[in-house]
Amino acid sequence: MPLLSVRDLQVDFTTRNGRITAVNRIGFNVEPGQITAIIGESGSGKSVACYSLLGLLPTPPASIESGSAVFDGRDLLQMSERELREIRGRDIAMIFQDPMTCLNPYMTVGNQLVEPLIYHRKVTRAQARERALELLAEVGLRDPQATIDQYPHQFSGGMRQRVMIAMALINEPRLLIADEPTTALDVTIQAQILELIAELQRKRNIGVIFISHDLSVVADIADDIVVMEKGHVVERGDRQAIFQAAEHPYTQKLLAAIPAGSKPPADAVREDLIQVRNLCTWFPQGRGAEPLRAVDDVSFTVQRGEVLGLVGESGSGKSTIGRSLLRLVPVTSGEVLFDGTDVTGLAGAGLKQMRRRMQMIFQDPYASLNPRMSVYDTLAEPLLLHGIATRKTVEQGVLQLMDDVGLARAFVRKYPHEFSGGQRQRIAIGRALATRPEFVVADEPVSALDVTIQAQILELMLELGREYGLTMLFVSHDLAVVRHIADRILVLYKGRVVEQGTGDALFNAPQEDYTRQLLQAIPGRGLL
Amino acid sequence: MWRFIAGRLLQAIPVILAVITVTFFLVRVAPGGPFDSEKAVIPEVKAALEAQYRLDLPLGQQYLAYLQDLARGELGPSFKYPGRSVNELIAAGLPATAELGAYALLVAVVLGGLAGVVASLKPNSAQDYIPMSVAMIGICMPTFLLGPLLVLVFGIHLEWLPVAGWGDIPGDKILPSLTLGAAYAAYIARLSRAGMLEVMSQDYIRTARAKGLPEWQVVTRHALRGGLIPVVAFLGPAFAGLLAGSFVVETIFQIPGLGRFYVQAAFNRDYTMILGTTVFLSTLIVLFNLLSDILAAWLNPRLRAQYGEA
Amino acid sequence: MTSANLTDTAQVEQGTSLWKDAWRRLRKNRLALFGLAVLTVFIALALLTPWIAPYAYDAQNLDLGASPPSAAHWLGTDIFGRDLLTQILYGGRISLAVGFVATAVALVIGVTWGAIAGYVGGRVDAVMMRLVDILYALPFMIFIVLLMVVFGRNLLLLFLAIGAVEWLTMARIMRGQVQSLRQQEFVEAAVSLGLSPATIVRRHLVPNALGPIIVYTTLTIPSVMLLEAFLSFLGLGVQPPATSWGLLISYGAETMEEYPWLLIFPGAALTLTLFALNFLGDGLRDALDVRGSGD
Repeated sequence: MPLLSVRDLQVDFTTRNGRITAVNRIGFNVEPGQITAIIGESGSGKSVACYSLLGLLPTPPASIESGSAVFDGRDLLQMSERELREIRGRDIAMIFQDPMTCLNPYMTVGNQLVEPLIYHRKVTRAQARERALELLAEVGLRDPQATIDQYPHQFSGGMRQRVMIAMALINEPRLLIADEPTTALDVTIQAQILELIAELQRKRNIGVIFISHDLSVVADIADDIVVMEKGHVVERGDRQAIFQAAEHPYTQKLLAAIPAGSKPPADAVREDLIQVRNLCTWFPQGRGAEPLRAVDDVSFTVQRGEVLGLVGESGSGKSTIGRSLLRLVPVTSGEVLFDGTDVTGLAGAGLKQMRRRMQMIFQDPYASLNPRMSVYDTLAEPLLLHGIATRKTVEQGVLQLMDDVGLARAFVRKYPHEFSGGQRQRIAIGRALATRPEFVVADEPVSALDVTIQAQILELMLELGREYGLTMLFVSHDLAVVRHIADRILVLYKGRVVEQGTGDALFNAPQEDYTRQLLQAIPGRGLL
Repeated sequence: MWRFIAGRLLQAIPVILAVITVTFFLVRVAPGGPFDSEKAVIPEVKAALEAQYRLDLPLGQQYLAYLQDLARGELGPSFKYPGRSVNELIAAGLPATAELGAYALLVAVVLGGLAGVVASLKPNSAQDYIPMSVAMIGICMPTFLLGPLLVLVFGIHLEWLPVAGWGDIPGDKILPSLTLGAAYAAYIARLSRAGMLEVMSQDYIRTARAKGLPEWQVVTRHALRGGLIPVVAFLGPAFAGLLAGSFVVETIFQIPGLGRFYVQAAFNRDYTMILGTTVFLSTLIVLFNLLSDILAAWLNPRLRAQYGEA
Repeated sequence: MTSANLTDTAQVEQGTSLWKDAWRRLRKNRLALFGLAVLTVFIALALLTPWIAPYAYDAQNLDLGASPPSAAHWLGTDIFGRDLLTQILYGGRISLAVGFVATAVALVIGVTWGAIAGYVGGRVDAVMMRLVDILYALPFMIFIVLLMVVFGRNLLLLFLAIGAVEWLTMARIMRGQVQSLRQQEFVEAAVSLGLSPATIVRRHLVPNALGPIIVYTTLTIPSVMLLEAFLSFLGLGVQPPATSWGLLISYGAETMEEYPWLLIFPGAALTLTLFALNFLGDGLRDALDVRGSGD
């Protein structure tokens, strides 16, 4: 008998623009002792479905229109708030995406940890604390005695997620709902947390619902997979069936979107476009403090026509390198030669000339476009600034760019907030290409996007790169993505270059420990 | 934390010194002197008086002498109340003003906080609209209008409460405290509503609900603290405003407090009295600002850590 | 910028700018619209006062004395037999003028100060904001009272004094805006396109900082008017024969037992205006989706 059996669940939302069905008559089972993954892109209704089971959706605007969710012989959807409260945190517990915001910043970790235990089991504070210490040790916190009375801000992201897991498990629930628990974490930390969840699940033999937008994340841990698209469950099956014999076209699309394989070697001209020598970018940290060495003595070259991948975790300095090359942050020392000219010394007209030749594509398509400028104005600005088009020809230029990045001409008068994330990133790419640059820095250009969109944007970038004859520095935390798009890869750790080589060389014969660690951490390695 | 407090106290010194200096020279530069109005004063007597109050010395020396006195805690003799020192006069006026301020602050925090929290629990319902509309009236109705209106209604028409005095007849403290506290209650209601709404939308509130805690515990244990930090930070500025407002309330209700002294002293060119009250009130305000900052920091562990390091 | 080419080749979909969007939201907010309407009427009345006031400003009728509202005097008369409606109309001119002018003073100083501090950053920012902090700690109310007493009640001084108090918060808000905008990627993108700092400020920073500034301006006007009324009530603001709502309320409070209308009507005029401005400000805040700035 399944631990949880959801049937015919429908959840609607009342919005300014009318009613929207977020979850459309879905059904799935969660077996005891198994991990069921619910996979879908943003807006697929995967989180809404799970939150509705526990009465955690604000009503209104949400309303549960139909369905049943039988847990332990009782229908969760028919329970009163009071009965549900008894279940929440005791029989069914949850962990959330962002460990930075999910812990109360005003309470010590210990006090938050014991809360569900004291509330549901009526144990004394001392007993609860004892149990909390045991659990903190079990989830891998070093020295729980010392850390239990600290506040969340004193922990790193990975440690906070461990605390969240301990908090969820403290009442020995039978079902754990994990909502994108690793999405906000670095790859190596993600691998540790995934392993921890799988291990605790086996040990306790509990059921887990693992919500994720990323199939590869669950490739190693899921028993069953439920694929959702736009409120519908489009496919259900065990892991084998989904990964090896997916039937629904959407699932196939998701699988195809997982970046795999490496780029065929480019026919690069053996000529250095950019030479970086002993680049240091340090940020002052206030009086008396050591400066933060974001980039520390880094040297490399980029050849004309190639895509150089820059890989590292947060704090590795990968974004700062890109910004240093483009003079968006002040360089502390070192040289950046662009086509023979040292960029670090430029100012005034010389700098403006150089800016035309090198452009940037940013990570967050929501923040990288001026919300008060229409697409037309955004794209026309660089064209007019650099005299690429005149007042007369600018419109033609804008429309040409729209065509190039695959946006309908009819949208040219619209504003950024009227577009989806993928469309916005296309606008941003168009803006970067408007100056006809020779060199583009792409800083995590796809990490804020859904997987299928991610694949489209990567494809577009490769295509435009060829068309425009671009040289590219591609910055990312995701090794698989970088391998897919880059000719050569630089691995960064704490502001220094650890290793460099072609994608295949790095993947097949990594030389350094840290590179091996990163490779180990790639979720769903088997798929690559 | 102690270093933070010490640092802030050190920073307060130049502020207060600036207040003293500006006030000192401002009153002296202004046209009109303290003994101008008394036309009958014969020149010899005026000279004697000026000598007694050191007005015959060059301005710079007067200033230094004043600072010296101040360092000993002496605010000097009053010009208009012969034989009495400013210290005595402030000591006489302070109790009423302090009591009025304390009651008004109590009214503001209790009524305002309660209204704001209640409103935030059910946004966009009657439970929200009614207290918030009342709060809006409180903000839009100035003290000097609310006071007389309250007197008109509760004192004159209904004859429930006394219309003037302080501590003479039972109940005579109610109307002044309400009058002075009302505007701040309204501000605090709006602040605490906004603060609570902000906190209630945070992810950690969802975590608390997922633990199965009942809603009242979610509110009291998890939301209240973060939601009320803006209110605590507002208490310092609010205190400064209360002092200013007490000028009016003390006038309306004929309360023998500091506020009336101050306004009278300004009209009378009572130099030492103006300076003394200004210095005293400024110091109080600076201290209260510090106190409310410390309180806000103490409520917020992240700030506590920051100040602890600094 | 529309040209034949664009409109011919495709059916261009008209976009909705954030301003249009905000206006649409504001139009649905009844209280804000009410505020806007009241304000418009009051401003129109203030501008037209010399032509529409029923009596001359200084026309006395000592025989009549204080009389309650009647057909001849809609809002009654004061103890000198002067028409209260006329008094309120003329008082409103001053009160509104103080509100708008002093706010404008605060706006100009505050926005410039905050924008410079936020954009230049570093040591300049530290010094400029430190100064604001120190000024914040000064007991300004006490100072204004002092200023008005010592330098006499002068309308210009009143504007300056009130403006000098209110610019501090404006400067903080502007600085916060500029600082957070500067870190936005679209500003970095503008830098990497090679735009000059002046163009970046004009095209990318100002339009995005405008929302909070508009909201805060709308909310500053009522607090300025309140301050003026307060000073006038203490006898430190506007001086007779000129009048303002604060002064009228002050007179009304003295005689409220016998002639309550002298307190109630000017009080209602002031309260209604403050109401309108606050509702409009709140509505704009929601419509422009400006985060509460803690006032």
